[in-house]
Amino acid sequence: MRKVAVVAFAQLPSVRMDTDREEVELVQPVVKDALRQVGLRIGEIGFTVSGSADFLLGRPFSFVSALDGIGAWPPISESHVEMDGAWALYEAWVHLQCGDVDTALVYAYGKSSLGSIRDVLVQQLDPYTLAPLGPDSVSLAALQARALLDKGECTERQMADVVARSRKSAKQNEFAQLKGDVTAEALLRKDYFVAPLRKHDCPPISDGACAVVLASEERARKLCERPAFITGIDHRVESHALGTRDLTDSVSTRIAAERAGVWRGGVDFAELHAPFSSQEIILSKALRLGPDVRVNPSGGALAANPVMVAGLTRIGEAATRISRGDGRRAVAHATSGPCLQQNLVCVLEAS
Amino acid sequence: MSTPVKRVVKMPVRLEFIVTAGRTYSAFLRQLAEQKIVGSRCPECRKVYVASRGACPTCAVPTTERVPLADTGTVTTFCVVNIPFGNMAFPPPYVAASVLLDGADIPIFHLIRGIEVDQVRMGLRVRASWVPKEQLAATLESIQWFEPSGEPDAPYETFREHV
Repeated sequence: MRKVAVVAFAQLPSVRMDTDREEVELVQPVVKDALRQVGLRIGEIGFTVSGSADFLLGRPFSFVSALDGIGAWPPISESHVEMDGAWALYEAWVHLQCGDVDTALVYAYGKSSLGSIRDVLVQQLDPYTLAPLGPDSVSLAALQARALLDKGECTERQMADVVARSRKSAKQNEFAQLKGDVTAEALLRKDYFVAPLRKHDCPPISDGACAVVLASEERARKLCERPAFITGIDHRVESHALGTRDLTDSVSTRIAAERAGVWRGGVDFAELHAPFSSQEIILSKALRLGPDVRVNPSGGALAANPVMVAGLTRIGEAATRISRGDGRRAVAHATSGPCLQQNLVCVLEAS
Repeated sequence: MSTPVKRVVKMPVRLEFIVTAGRTYSAFLRQLAEQKIVGSRCPECRKVYVASRGACPTCAVPTTERVPLADTGTVTTFCVVNIPFGNMAFPPPYVAASVLLDGADIPIFHLIRGIEVDQVRMGLRVRASWVPKEQLAATLESIQWFEPSGEPDAPYETFREHV
């Protein structure tokens, strides 16, 4: 396996509704910033790939217009996934394994504020089997949380603890949207939103963008003082049909974790793409994260959740921490689909 | 043999969105309500984009400098629409064309009226026909169509880079 590292990460602050910028204006600053960090021009990048969803903007081929923000002239080698940018990063990683390129640019953008995100996600991800029943993404997550509580795998108190920790950690993250000191007791006094979920158990609606630069080992050591090497990466998907899944477990995360080699060494911290507090509990268990592992030092998706961006942000955040020396080995995770349907696990290491 | 299922669940699919035009495109739209056309210049290659999306697509830098443009221009290419479809602006035949506004480096797409369809040609000089003042709004529909300005045709060399 060719060693590949994250050598740059840039992001915009997540906001509830960015009425000012359209996608080109979201992409241009993060791509410029990421390239600036490593002193490269777009023409020097071997492969470029983006992650976004036209359903968020209600406009076909928005990812093509977004190219205006990166300067694709003379023509560049470019691709797109209609998914979170974490899967765009996976495509870039595969491309780098082929050996014909040494660098890759990955970017993602999402404006979750433009439509009713709860309805958009159902139409985007499952137009056939569940959409006619009209279950929105929050209701599905609530069913999952209910199953978890009924099985005795967690308590509402533990879910509130996850939120309180996220808000506290996010205080150190200038890009986070929701942050502050709250106690689990105060959170538990709030009303249910979609029972058993309270509003704070759900992710904020966020607009944002981020970009990552990947490089082969040789290039990475020249471009970056302390690259964050991807020593394992894998993604797995489960059935569309929620009735055939055990919603209290994340089998796909466990298989991806094993294939990515999560358990081959200790984990200093984890960045988990858990849009709902109950999902962080499921993921921590599937990844066998011990009590000593710091989870979501950035605040995670409960603090900022630009859809299509939040997964790639987990990888970028984890890599940044490693490059800063805040840890030597980290797990980054991204999810897609209702109730953690598809999961990507990435192991990042300092050397 | 089981009974065939005959019931069908009908579920209307409808999603509504708020469009964010963005900083640069908004500037263009707002000027249309003032019966003005504004372009945006790339600070690096100096090209003037009209209806810019916020960055120069070749240089990837924000097109922040606003440039007032004339409402006259040249037809660089066009097509005669002969086939009827839903929500047509006019009964066919009519002409849709790329119009290179004077001072711009990229054409806009609009309708051509005030001339027989078989007389429309590359190089035809045209002028915007605006809606009445009270109907002006932040939309390209503030221009109803372009019509011949009466000037001599533009030589091909003057717009060949924009075809």
